Amino acid sequence: MIETLGELVVSLLIVAGSGFTLVGSIGLVKLPDLMTRLHAPTKATTAGVGGVLLASMIHVVVRSGEVSAHELLIALFLFLTAPISAHFLAKAYLHLHGDRERNFPRTCNGRAWTVFDEAGEELPREDRPQPPPRV
Amino acid sequence: MIGYALAFGFAAISVALLLNLWRLATGPTVIDRLLAADTIVTNLIALIILYGIRQMTSTYFEAALLFAMFGVISTITYCRFMLRGDVLE
Repeated sequence: MIETLGELVVSLLIVAGSGFTLVGSIGLVKLPDLMTRLHAPTKATTAGVGGVLLASMIHVVVRSGEVSAHELLIALFLFLTAPISAHFLAKAYLHLHGDRERNFPRTCNGRAWTVFDEAGEELPREDRPQPPPRV
Repeated sequence: MIGYALAFGFAAISVALLLNLWRLATGPTVIDRLLAADTIVTNLIALIILYGIRQMTSTYFEAALLFAMFGVISTITYCRFMLRGDVLE
């Protein structure tokens, strides 16, 4: 009984995870612009790989009764580094193809966005917006 | 039951890899190709894990972990090269 339930959970997680991965790649092909295209792999594919890793962990527990932590390592690593690589990809895209006249929101330190920042255009210290006082 | 789910998983991830390859081949910008390569690495991790479930062994987790680490490191390094023209300044 408990084995059948475990197999059912593992199968559902495998199907859901690989479906999310497929949706991420479909979005990578079909979305129109790189800044929208960036959403599909960074969310859907990461969630799909997380589902497959969870399925693998539960499979090991159901099969042999031991707890496996390798997959947790991979999942932690992926979930930590996927936003970092997406941030770097967006920054490199802005650096290469972004137009500066686009209506970005203002930064709060008196300088431009770090991608478009030129050296030596920093405001003097007293003109900068001050950080809120510490309580 | 796990067998059918694994068959579906292999098929879905293979189709996803083909779609990534299409984006890698026809991506209009360099960053598109880089994003496709990053997604290929992530899909390969899922494929390795599925193969590990199918073979009922834990031999392949280190391979998946190495794929994860080097995929992220290569993506960030190439983006840094695009941004700065150099990797280590």
